[in-house]
Amino acid sequence: MSQGDRACGEQRCESHVSDAATPEGIEAIARSPTSRRTFIKGVIASGTAVSSAGYLFRSSGSRAAQAQGLGAVERLMTLNVNGRDRRVDVLPPETLAHTIRYKLGLIGTKLGCDHGECGACTVLVNDVAVYSCTTLTHRVRGRQITTIEGLEGANGELHKVQQAFVEELGPQCGFCTPGQVMSAVALLKANPKPTLDEARLAMSGNLCRCGAYDHYVKGVMRAAQEV
Amino acid sequence: MAYRLIGTNFTPPDAVAKVTGRAKYAEDFRAEGMLFCKLLTSPMPHAQVNKIDASEALKMEGVAAILTADEVPQFPPPQDPILSNEPLFVGAPTLAVAAVDELTAADAIERIKIDMEPLPFTVDPLDSLYPAGPDARTNGNVANVKLNLQTVKWDAGDFAKAGDTQLPLGKPAESWEYGDLEAGFRDAKVVIEESFVTAGYSHHSMEPRTAMAYWQNGKCFLHGSSQSQTFVIPQLARYIGIEPKDLILIAEFCGGGFGSKGTAYPIMSIPAHLSKKTGRPVMMRITQSEEYALGSARPGFQGYVKMGFRADGRMTACDIYVVHENGPNLGFWDFRNAGEAMSIVYQPLAMRWRGISVLTNTPPRGPQRGPGQNQTAAAIEPLIDKAARELGLDRVAIRHINAPDAHGKIGEERDPVTSAYLREALDKGAQLFAWDARKGRSGQRKGSKLTGIGVGQAFHTAGAAGFDGLVRITPDGELHVHTGMGNLGTYSYAATARIAAETLGYDWKNVVVEQGDTRRGLPWNLGQFGSNSSFTMARTNYVGAMDAKAKLLEIAVRELGGKAEDYDLADEKIVSKMDKAKSMTFGQAAQRAIQLGAAFSGAEVPENLNPITKSAVAMLAGSGLIGVAKDTLPKKGVVPSFAVTFAEIELDAETGEVAVVDTVGVTDCGTVIHPQNLAGQVKGGNTDGNRHGAVRAPCL
Repeated sequence: MSQGDRACGEQRCESHVSDAATPEGIEAIARSPTSRRTFIKGVIASGTAVSSAGYLFRSSGSRAAQAQGLGAVERLMTLNVNGRDRRVDVLPPETLAHTIRYKLGLIGTKLGCDHGECGACTVLVNDVAVYSCTTLTHRVRGRQITTIEGLEGANGELHKVQQAFVEELGPQCGFCTPGQVMSAVALLKANPKPTLDEARLAMSGNLCRCGAYDHYVKGVMRAAQEV
Repeated sequence: MAYRLIGTNFTPPDAVAKVTGRAKYAEDFRAEGMLFCKLLTSPMPHAQVNKIDASEALKMEGVAAILTADEVPQFPPPQDPILSNEPLFVGAPTLAVAAVDELTAADAIERIKIDMEPLPFTVDPLDSLYPAGPDARTNGNVANVKLNLQTVKWDAGDFAKAGDTQLPLGKPAESWEYGDLEAGFRDAKVVIEESFVTAGYSHHSMEPRTAMAYWQNGKCFLHGSSQSQTFVIPQLARYIGIEPKDLILIAEFCGGGFGSKGTAYPIMSIPAHLSKKTGRPVMMRITQSEEYALGSARPGFQGYVKMGFRADGRMTACDIYVVHENGPNLGFWDFRNAGEAMSIVYQPLAMRWRGISVLTNTPPRGPQRGPGQNQTAAAIEPLIDKAARELGLDRVAIRHINAPDAHGKIGEERDPVTSAYLREALDKGAQLFAWDARKGRSGQRKGSKLTGIGVGQAFHTAGAAGFDGLVRITPDGELHVHTGMGNLGTYSYAATARIAAETLGYDWKNVVVEQGDTRRGLPWNLGQFGSNSSFTMARTNYVGAMDAKAKLLEIAVRELGGKAEDYDLADEKIVSKMDKAKSMTFGQAAQRAIQLGAAFSGAEVPENLNPITKSAVAMLAGSGLIGVAKDTLPKKGVVPSFAVTFAEIELDAETGEVAVVDTVGVTDCGTVIHPQNLAGQVKGGNTDGNRHGAVRAPCL
């Protein structure tokens, strides 16, 4: 088994690796029958996103930031987040997780590993679940980004997935929950009536250290009945 | 007795916050003018810091302060230090830098010149026990809680005698025994003698132990990631160097701890020290890789066990020795728990336990979900199967004959247990799993896939008691259950609050659970660890509610006449048994309590309360009817919990991949408060247990 195979886990992932360098490629892969875990490994292998630079951050506009290198020139861009256009200064190596948590103040998205492994930072980009910690913000310009804050209805009513997760008592410590919710929402948008195995596969990119997987998957199936 | 709330499902008050992302964990807080801190961690497993030159770093724009080991409170070794000039593991914090942002702090760390001298190190307890082997610390190689730091070396002969396949059995640091061990082995038909190894591994909570602190009017406000609330306050205050009354801990949510955040841990104090030094709030974000090093990890065992069995499977004798990989600091007593677990799960007729806790330059060890008991289950249970095979017995039957009942005993002192239903759990599991019909398929092969059918048992104690219950009925009629236990994510903070509601006959929708922030008036409660929460806090909230009940009745007597026994509590009212029209609402009674003052309103409190509870009551006094009491209820013996799991697995003999095809878990856990959540806990524990199965390595 080659190193590449091992990194990808599945042979079919190999051909996708180079595609992942473009937003279209990311979306194509995410919509393919590859699990998101495999997908994200492909993205990492291609060097699309470098997470470590995003974890450390500088306060916007600090003189120190400008004096230092690191390609640290922020560019003003428009991001569509939860249906609203948001103007934000973004550094070239900045991850989407960083932008939404620390610049847009949407702290519902959690950073667990910051290495594209745990899924706590999952958000939707054009309705596809992605790890925001390994997605560069500049790559999602012009796309519809949905975070956990964007799911509730106008009057605060919970999304079907959120309601189902409450009823099935999906969360334990709750740190992985926003990511679990977003993965389930993405699944049901693409496949409103998943089988149990399809639900398991779709949720396999979200780790839960408490081990509440069964309750989350039950929540997905309950929400599917409601959608 | 029929309960209304106990044993029924409910939605815990914090569940919606978790699914909406509104739950705020330590890293989600911001404060005006907040600085960020980064740690300089040791690249060496054991070193001496000879010199620190931070002059260049301090000259950098945006760098606010540097905090060194010399500036923080010191604790006698082997207690875990806050910062150290003798780092004892890779990733040990040696100093911290606060700056306007994290990149500046990280850049500053790069510019600090630090002269570190490497020292001998060890990651293997046996290496350290070998004559002239390396010691994890300059001042010793053996220590634990209640085991003084000391240097122990075994004889070369101990190692030679053991050879390559058996654990050397040098002089233990501790031991105990009961019964006639020799006779037990003499009477045995089969003797199993094995050495075993279990791996140490990190707790790896999803939320790294980030913390943020600031000071206001002499008080330290600390946002931290903690399993426990008031239990951590005294030690955390010591880490910061202040009195407990001056610490405000905000820890409403905790993104997982698994034992690693159950008690106070030193690095949580670093932002508090830096904030004091700079006069600005300080956020210390911890990365997952830092968490891996400085978080906490389960100690690994290198063990030896010899067990004798009669023809019917009864364990006649057990001799177990655990060499415990303790990490470099105080660690935890998993090795002792191994002895307890053996003694209760198998009830050997005679037993000896020996152990030694050896220091290693590995990430510090701490209690992790079933500390010691789970390593023991992973190591010993397969050997019980081996004994069954040699005796020609069924694998459930051999467990059944050794399992404790209510007369079971535990440990050196042969302490009694309050109850034990391990046999019943085995019976129920065997029936649900269809053990008899399925067990014959174990070992069958299809292509590269092998089927395995198995059974395993585990145990943990509960039973902590003596904490303070605090409830408050406000004039609007609401019941506020004040709990200082913490919110680990098991929802037991809410489930046990229902005990108070049940006791007072409350409708759950009129109950507010106050938790997560010192300013809410939180009593001295056990931390959320050790499988104790439900047991301990049920009692604690019960006594608090019973005190409120007595005060409600007393107020009714004062207002409406008669004696306390003339009244019932019903529908959140105190109602005369003789004349239903004679009643007052709990809200009216609360209003009256405020007027009456003294113990009714919390103006006076019982002397036997913990100072933390007293200050919590002082915070709440005059806002309603206060029910507060210390749990002095009787407790007879150790409170054990047992778990039995049946599983079918599929092993790919070519790749080693194991798939769990089917599993049944039965838990002997006492009265169930919240069935849906219990199911989640059992399944979560099962997931955790699969890991133990996967990482146990027998020395064969």
